[in-house]
Amino acid sequence: MSAPAATVAALAKGLAAGEYSSVELTRAYLERIAAAQPALNAFVTITSEAALAAAAAADAARAKSQTGRLTGVPIAHKDIFCTEGIRTTCGSKMLANFVSPYDASVVAGLRGAGTVMLGKLNMDEFAMGSSNETSFFGAVHNPWDTTMVPGGSSGGSAASVAARIVPAATATDTGGSIRQPAALCGVTGIKPTYGRCSRYGMIAFASSLDQAGLITVSAEDAALLLGPMSGFDPRDSTSVERAVPDYTTTLGDSLEGLTIGLVKEFFDKGLDATNEQRIRDAIAVFEKLGARAREVSCPHLPLSVPTYYVVAPAECSSNLARFDGVRFGHRCESPKNLLDLYCRSRGEGFGAEVKRRIMTGTYVLSAGYYDAYYLKAQRVRQLISADFAQAFQSCDLLFGPTSPTPAFAIGAKFDDPITMYLNDIYTIGANLAGLPGMSIPCGFVDGLPVGLQILGPHFSEARMLNAAHRYQQETDWHLRVPAAFA
Amino acid sequence: MEWETVIGLEIHAQLATRSKIFSGSATAYGAEPNTQANLVDLGYPGVLPVLNGEAVRMAVRFGLAIGARIAPCSVFARKNYFYPDLPKGYQISQYELPIVAEGALDVMLDDGTRKRIGITRAHLEEDAGKSLHEGSPGVSGIDLNRAGTPLIEIVSEPDLRSAKEAIAYMKKVHTLVRYLGICDGNMQEGSFRCDANVSVRHKGAEKFGTRAEIKNLNSFRFVEKAINYEVERQIEIIESGGIVVQETRLYDPEKGETRSMRSKEEANDYRYFPDPDLLPVVLGDSFIAGVKATLPELPDEKAERFVRDYGLSQYDAGVLTASRELGAFYEEVVRRVGSEPKLCANWVMGDLAALLNNDNLEINQSKVDAAALAGLVVRIVDSTISGKIAKDVFEAMWASGEGADAIIEQKGLRQITDTGAIAKAIEEVMAKNAGQLADYRSGKDKLFGFFVGQVMKATGGKANPAQLNELLKKKLAG
Repeated sequence: MSAPAATVAALAKGLAAGEYSSVELTRAYLERIAAAQPALNAFVTITSEAALAAAAAADAARAKSQTGRLTGVPIAHKDIFCTEGIRTTCGSKMLANFVSPYDASVVAGLRGAGTVMLGKLNMDEFAMGSSNETSFFGAVHNPWDTTMVPGGSSGGSAASVAARIVPAATATDTGGSIRQPAALCGVTGIKPTYGRCSRYGMIAFASSLDQAGLITVSAEDAALLLGPMSGFDPRDSTSVERAVPDYTTTLGDSLEGLTIGLVKEFFDKGLDATNEQRIRDAIAVFEKLGARAREVSCPHLPLSVPTYYVVAPAECSSNLARFDGVRFGHRCESPKNLLDLYCRSRGEGFGAEVKRRIMTGTYVLSAGYYDAYYLKAQRVRQLISADFAQAFQSCDLLFGPTSPTPAFAIGAKFDDPITMYLNDIYTIGANLAGLPGMSIPCGFVDGLPVGLQILGPHFSEARMLNAAHRYQQETDWHLRVPAAFA
Repeated sequence: MEWETVIGLEIHAQLATRSKIFSGSATAYGAEPNTQANLVDLGYPGVLPVLNGEAVRMAVRFGLAIGARIAPCSVFARKNYFYPDLPKGYQISQYELPIVAEGALDVMLDDGTRKRIGITRAHLEEDAGKSLHEGSPGVSGIDLNRAGTPLIEIVSEPDLRSAKEAIAYMKKVHTLVRYLGICDGNMQEGSFRCDANVSVRHKGAEKFGTRAEIKNLNSFRFVEKAINYEVERQIEIIESGGIVVQETRLYDPEKGETRSMRSKEEANDYRYFPDPDLLPVVLGDSFIAGVKATLPELPDEKAERFVRDYGLSQYDAGVLTASRELGAFYEEVVRRVGSEPKLCANWVMGDLAALLNNDNLEINQSKVDAAALAGLVVRIVDSTISGKIAKDVFEAMWASGEGADAIIEQKGLRQITDTGAIAKAIEEVMAKNAGQLADYRSGKDKLFGFFVGQVMKATGGKANPAQLNELLKKKLAG
């Protein structure tokens, strides 16, 4: 076993062939995690004991031939997913000591498929951030250059997969939180269609935008893991009742005749020129594989950032009201009265970015402002959805950059929220329209990875994974490992 | 200057579902605090609401019963405010698109006329928990058993013009929700309560006066008292040159007065917006038709039928249809007796109602069931006993649980219909009261009653009244 090169697919084969046990594999990854933790700070909680116990159980199951494809494969979960009996912090002081009494449906689904949880991954506080600097547990560092941000909010997921200290990780994407860190860390990220995976047990940021997904080394790994975490959940009314295909069976399909739309608005003046060149190079590879590229326009897409920064804070201001110091989470010392309990518990428990969004959201929902902000944003959202629907009339997939630039330095944008928010300019549209999206590694600029974004119509995950996999058969960007972690 | 009162009611009726509106917890009343609250009710991180279809069905039943429009698409919205017994920091309710809109109910006023009261809307929402301020001083407890219990909020038009009309309307709604089986109507337990919007204006004025909203009235008596107090308070303010301010007021049943809770300026901005965790409730015609097919006979329909089929007065029909159980009891008595529906009605509304009231029992707890009461009425109809004796028999039935026939036999109450026996008793009475007899025969007709009384006394009240009258008249005439 050679951890740095290992994909989930390869590890699953190795386990099946008896080349190593799940306990051996799990121990090896736990050692890599421990060694990398000071440099990356990718984990909030490492669950060594539980992981080894689960691995032993997986080995025992294998001995009895009670196995699935993923039995014994170690993974880690973003700390936004509730895990029974294990601290679930959401990157916040508010939940620094919160032990969830139940498992998120995504966690239960992946455990049911036989995966072994290594621990809980660091993230921006309540998934609010694009750089993983807002975590109460400290910033996560980019393994390609530890002075750089890994992106966010799933920074811990992306950094740990990039450094090969976990084979794969769950993540969530509200405005780009899977795709942007995947791009900045040179790994594969998939945000499925809104409603594909249950949100039950995933701590809510903006309910109409939040979607669980994965960060993996390859599209093939994503195809292996996506099935068990997808499907209708009676506990989540917004999950969709629709059969889940085996995403691995269509990975090798030909791309002959595939129409790729290059969204004009994605190639704007904000896009770094060398970044753009990597995207154009990738498109050439797809054309070589038989795909045809054509330009399309989504004219309302430039409105996606302001639209998002009305809708998401509005929902967050309401979703985070339950953190009041009454039943769980941080409670201030000796409150004088009810108002004091609320004000100090929330004032102490939430960080600056979370407070900024709660206040923004409270404002846009206020009497007299609701129509001008929230209602108008919802209308723009429909226009953006209609633009995409129009584009998919003539295209099978849409391509573009995932982020305007490669990773930036830790601290560089931290005090400038508007610049920070613009990092999500290419990813937010998919969330507003509920579309599935991916980011796959397509090269480097000055030693830092660049991501190609792929968007598809609703429930076209199989098509996206197919396209990504065929590209990854032709290229090895996704197999590059940062030197410090090789 | 003549004043006019304008009232609109917001009635909250707890829906009789077994589980909560958005979680699987039980809704039973009176459990140990916080034993009927699961993670969803507690608003734990990551949990999501799932709509209880039964609550939707019940709301549709109500909408159909008031002839309302059932929304083909209604939307749940979040009403945001902080309070310790509101676990999520928002209440899931309906705001812009309620499930039921534009219905009406007819109420009977004291003068016998009917008045139509408009119902603006009825929407589904979840109840909050309870804050308990008794016990340790300085500390409040929170019981979340009630959190998430389904409610339907029924909002009337400002069509009510007096406390009496408000009560008549509220009672009508109370009757209806119990008929429909969607609410147990228990006001002590808070299953049925209301807020009253009250204002006054000069008679004939077009514009409404400024209203006060009186919160959380949980008995008909309190509603009446609170409204009457509030009307007087507002008139007094205006007549002494003041201005009524828009505010929320609380009724204090101990002092019998309302007092200010918060002014319009202090009112919460609830920041309503559609709940992204729940899909719009889309109801097809076939679903609505399916619910309609299960509706029971409604109170007004039943009352009309009672008037038509049993020849009852509007008033009697109204009383007997006040609850589904009472109507069923009455019809069972009539069915068993097979005739005399008016006599049956008198017994149910008179003696039976009096004893139920006396023992504080509901009709379904009656110590004399419909079959037993019918057994008694049959004995009046077939002249075994008189109506007067029947009252004693009924009381004995109530006390002992025995049937009418058994009591009549035991106590020897069978009516005397033997002409010879009655004639003998009359003769004895005439012999004992020679003076009165002479007076009667000299023209004092009023003494007839005296003789009836005496003969009844002599026969222990058992003489058949009709026979007695006839014989007595003959004998007295000489």
